Amino acid sequence: MSPPALEAVVRRSPLYLLRWEPTQDAHVLLYPEGVVKLSPTAAAILERCDGSTVRALLKSLADEFPDDDIAPDVLEFLEVARDRGWIHADP
Amino acid sequence: MTEAGSTPTLDGQGRPLWLLCELTYACPLACPWCSNPLDFDRLGPELSTAEWRRVLAEARALGALQLGFSGGEPCLRKDLEELVAHGDELGYYTNLITSGLGLTGARLARLKEAGLRQVQLSLQACDPELGDRMVGGRAAAHKLAIAREIKAQGFPVVLNVPLSRDNIDQVDGILALAEELGVEFLELANVQYYNWALVNRAELLPTRAQLAKAEASVAAARQRLGRRMTLYYVVPDYHDGRPKACMNGWGSIHLTIGPDGAALPCQEARAVKSLEFPNVREHALAWIWRDSPAFNAFRGDAWMKDPCRSCDERGRDFGGCRCQALLLTGDAANTDPVCARSPHRHLVDEAVALAEDPARLRGRLLPRAPRGG
Ligand SMILES: C[S@@+](CC[C@H](N)C(=O)[O-])C[C@H]1O[C@@H](n2cnc3c(N)ncnc32)[C@H](O)[C@@H]1O
Ligand code: SF4
Ligand code: SF4
Repeated sequence: MSPPALEAVVRRSPLYLLRWEPTQDAHVLLYPEGVVKLSPTAAAILERCDGSTVRALLKSLADEFPDDDIAPDVLEFLEVARDRGWIHADP
Repeated sequence: MTEAGSTPTLDGQGRPLWLLCELTYACPLACPWCSNPLDFDRLGPELSTAEWRRVLAEARALGALQLGFSGGEPCLRKDLEELVAHGDELGYYTNLITSGLGLTGARLARLKEAGLRQVQLSLQACDPELGDRMVGGRAAAHKLAIAREIKAQGFPVVLNVPLSRDNIDQVDGILALAEELGVEFLELANVQYYNWALVNRAELLPTRAQLAKAEASVAAARQRLGRRMTLYYVVPDYHDGRPKACMNGWGSIHLTIGPDGAALPCQEARAVKSLEFPNVREHALAWIWRDSPAFNAFRGDAWMKDPCRSCDERGRDFGGCRCQALLLTGDAANTDPVCARSPHRHLVDEAVALAEDPARLRGRLLPRAPRGG
């Protein structure tokens, strides 16, 4: 397994519902038989998995979090998210 | 930005994350392993639409996120669409747990429109004749047709297969069928022995050899399927020697409301007759969840006796299932007797041994009592 390529298009799986949950003070992913509470950064990444490329997603996150070098963590998260079926990456 | 990642919230931080609404106990089928209460026809009248709407809103305010409509057969309720729509509006992830009877393409389309997210369909066998025999009615052909329709309408599907002696040898065929149907989740669930299933236990419990063969099939299928289909295998706790972390602990994340409005920490909790389960007709859900004696009876671990009290596993399995402890040992505060450390384990061993006995008299399965439908 390796992270999706920079040109890959990433999209959330329609199986998973991403939304803000006030009672958890966090974003959650809801799916058949499960609930996942997301960290703010995980939510920021998943919100951007809307059919844009990994490159565009990295740029948009870098604009929001200018102080850190976020790319390695984001790529690692995308790999995990794809592995769990939360997102699809094409190719 | 170091914390990229997520943590599964199995820990509800004291909130009832899962709300299960048993809309009715009426059902056109008569599965002899049915987990519904034996005396369901003596319970009070079903909640009205308005009462269910209030329950959904109150539970949502307490932090419930997952909403399941089950029964009996929830499709027998004419207000199912309205309740799904209300649940969706409130922000739940709405699940329908059904035998498929009472579903048509048109109704599925209406449910989709109402905001239904997911369907859990039960299926018993890949061979329709066996399927019909198991549920005590002509259902298999319809189940298969409706499975295809559910997929065609774009719902994610959990296919639930309750496993017993009669169908466990078909696991390979069931796996192939699930793959062909294209379901996202297949739940091969060894029957849990409560209520009708407990009455029929001697006839339902599979042999060790049957289980070993099924488990080999499951392991091979996991390899083969990878990400294409998620396979849940609910272990047979009688054979396993390890208790299940039942409901993630009593009054921890799960809330069931019965057709009569009884609030229960799990579907089977009515078995614990010594507790008086509060009714949503008489109490606010916030009080029921947080303060009622029934929901606090086995919260945490202060209620535990030995061997659980001094066992390192107690934070992981919560001493197993209270209802199973009650049903088999007569005291809900005992260690779940499936645990190898339970002084009552012999009760479970005897049942398992009986299942192995080739001279075992094959009795007749007692079908779940029909009502309505
Ligand atoms: C009680 S049924 C109600 C919904 C619907 N009538 C049906 O059978 O699909 C809910 C789910 O529990 C499963 N089930 C019933 N009795 C069970 C038992 N004793 N052990 C495990 N699962 C059981 C059914 O297969 C179904 O998926
Ligand atoms: S009898 Fe069968 S179909 Fe009916 S509620 Fe029980 S498990 Fe479901
Ligand atoms: S003794 Fe109790 S806590 Fe320990 S493993 Fe058995 S059921 Fe779990």
